[in-house]
Amino acid sequence: MEVTKVINATRDFKIGEMETHALRGVNLSIENGEFTALVGPSGSGKTTLLQLIGLLDQPTSGQVFINGQDATRLNRNQRADLRKGTIGFIFQFFALIPTLTAYENVEMPLLLNGTKPAERKARVLEMLEAVGLSDRGHHRPDQLSGGQQQRVAVARALAINPKVILADEPTANLDTENGKQVMDIMAKLNKETGVTFVFATHDPRVIKYASRVITLRDGLIVENNGSSPK
Amino acid sequence: MNQLFKMAFRDLGRNKRRSILSALAVSMATTLLIFMASVVRGEFRGALQNGIRLQTGHLQVRAASYDENKVSLAWEDLIDNPAQVTDELKELPQVLDATPRLIASGIISLGDHSRGIQVIGIDPAAKANEIFRQGVIAGDFLTSDDREGILIGNPLAERFGLNAGDQVNLLINTSNGDVDEQVFTIRGIYTTNVFPYDENTVFMPLAKAQTFASAENHASLIFVLLNDQDQAEPVAAALTSSDYKILTWSDLNELSVQFEQFAGAYMVILYLIILGITATVVTNTLVMAVYERTREIGILSAIGMKGRRIMSAFLTEAALLATGGVIGGLVLGGLITAYVGKVGMTIPATQGITGILIGDKIFPYITSADVISLTLTAYVITLIASLYPATLAARMEPVEALHAQ
Repeated sequence: MEVTKVINATRDFKIGEMETHALRGVNLSIENGEFTALVGPSGSGKTTLLQLIGLLDQPTSGQVFINGQDATRLNRNQRADLRKGTIGFIFQFFALIPTLTAYENVEMPLLLNGTKPAERKARVLEMLEAVGLSDRGHHRPDQLSGGQQQRVAVARALAINPKVILADEPTANLDTENGKQVMDIMAKLNKETGVTFVFATHDPRVIKYASRVITLRDGLIVENNGSSPK
Repeated sequence: MNQLFKMAFRDLGRNKRRSILSALAVSMATTLLIFMASVVRGEFRGALQNGIRLQTGHLQVRAASYDENKVSLAWEDLIDNPAQVTDELKELPQVLDATPRLIASGIISLGDHSRGIQVIGIDPAAKANEIFRQGVIAGDFLTSDDREGILIGNPLAERFGLNAGDQVNLLINTSNGDVDEQVFTIRGIYTTNVFPYDENTVFMPLAKAQTFASAENHASLIFVLLNDQDQAEPVAAALTSSDYKILTWSDLNELSVQFEQFAGAYMVILYLIILGITATVVTNTLVMAVYERTREIGILSAIGMKGRRIMSAFLTEAALLATGGVIGGLVLGGLITAYVGKVGMTIPATQGITGILIGDKIFPYITSADVISLTLTAYVITLIASLYPATLAARMEPVEALHAQ
C-alpha cells in the first residue's frame, strides 16, 4: 500500500529576480515499510522533495498524496493535523526543544495528538527504551551528546506511531560511531514496527542501509533502484 | 495547558536578564500608574475636603437671592436673624455643627502695600471653626467680643511682613454700597496649609463684621457640617424652604468634581503613554524571542503544532511576564502610595485653580476600583503588545522556520 505518492511535482523558488527550479516534475511512490534513501548532490532537490512529502511545503504544481489523501488540497491547519497523525520528522540538526527534557520532547507530539496521559507515559517510556535512552529521560538536550539527541529525535518521530518517518541528513552532524548507532536503530525499528523511513543523504555509510535508493539531480529523479518490501 | 505554561516559564528563563528587565518595565509602569492615579485622586480628594471644611461645609443655607459671586451684603440677600436658623439646624440629628458667616470683600493695606482679600465674620466658639483655632501659629485666636482684632493667614502675614500684635488698615464693602475703613490689630496668624485660602482670607468675629459691614443681625450663609457627608442630599431635601436656598457640598464644589473628571481623562493619556512605552519593551522582548526561536517554531510546526497553539505559547509567556510585572508593580506601587499617603507629598505653594483649594501637601489615595482597573489595563496592554510577536510566530511557514540560522 502506498504511504505517499508524488505526481509531477514541481517546486520553484524566487530569490530576488532569480528563479530556481528545485524540483522539475517529480513522480514518486513510496510503499508502506520501505527504507528509502533519497540521494544526490547538494541542490539536487532531495530536501525539497522530503519537505513536500512531509507537508512542510507545497509544490508549485503537481500533487502530493499522503495515505491516499491529496495534501495539496488541504489548508495550513489541515496539513498540520495530517502531519501530527501520520508523519514523523528527524532533522539534520538535533531538532529538539532545548527547554524540554528528553521525556518531554518525546511526549510533545503525543500531547498535540491528544493522547491520554497514562497511554502517553507508557508510549514515551517505550520509545525511550527503543532508542536506548531509558535512563536519560529527565536530561535536557544540552546534557545529551549529539548521538543521544538524535536518538531522542528518532523516539519523538516514532512516538505517534506514524505511517512514515522523514529524515533529512540524519547522520550529517554525527561522528561515525553515533551515526551508525542512529542508523542501526532506524533500521531495527523499520524491521520491527514496519514503519516507513525516507531519508535524504549523501553519506555512503547511510545509503548502504537503504532497501531502495532514489537518485535526484537538478530537480529530477534520475535513478530509482531497489524494491519495496513484500 | 500545563505543558504550555511549563514551556513558557522555561523559555522566559532562557534569557533571564531580558525577561527580568521586561517584567521590570511592566512593574515600573504599574507602579507609576498606581502612584500617579493615587496622587491625582489624593489631590482632588484633598481639594474637595479642603473646600468642604474651609469654605463650603457639607451644606450651606443662604438667602434665596444671595449671589456668591457678587458677595452681596444687601440685607435682602442675607439671612436675617441667623442665630435662630442656626439653632433650628443644630436640632437636626444629622447636623454636627451649624454656624453663621458673613462674607465681605475688602482690601488690606499697610503703608504702600495693599491686597484684595475676603473678610469672613465667624463665630470663634463654633465647632466648625475649630480648624482655624487649631491652625493658629502665632498670637491668639479670636474671641467673640473682640472689636479690633483680626486673624490673618500666614502667607498674607509674610507678604506684608506682619506679626501678631501689628496693626493694619482694613477696608470693606458695606451693605449700603459704601466702603468702610478701620485699623485692626492682628490677634493671630493661622495656617490651614492651603496657600490660596490662607493668602486671601481674613477672619474677624461675626458681631464685629456685622457692625463693620453695616449688616446688623445678618449673615451671608449658615455653614453646616454633618456627621455623615453622604447625608447632605436627604438633609437638604428635608430643609427645602422658599426663603432660603440649601446647597450641598457637591453643588458648591462642582468645579472640584468636574476638574477631577477632567484630570482623570487627562491622566488616561499619560497612562497610555506609559503603557505604550511598556508595550514597546514587551513587544521587543517577544519579537527577539520569536527570532531566536524561529527554528524551534519550525520544529513544533513540523510535528503538528498549529499556528493557534504557537500563538498561545507566546501569549502565555507574555501573560507570565505581565503577571510577574503587575504583581511587582502592585506591591511597589502600593508601598509607595501607602508611605507617601501617610507622610504627604509637599508641593510648591501655589495659587492653584480658582475655586479649587489644593493644599500644600498631597496625600496620595487610591481606591480598590482604581487598583483593579489599572491592573487590568496594564495586564491587557501587555497581552495586546504580545499579539504582534505571537502572530509573527504563528504565521511562520514551517519550511522557512526550519531553515532559519
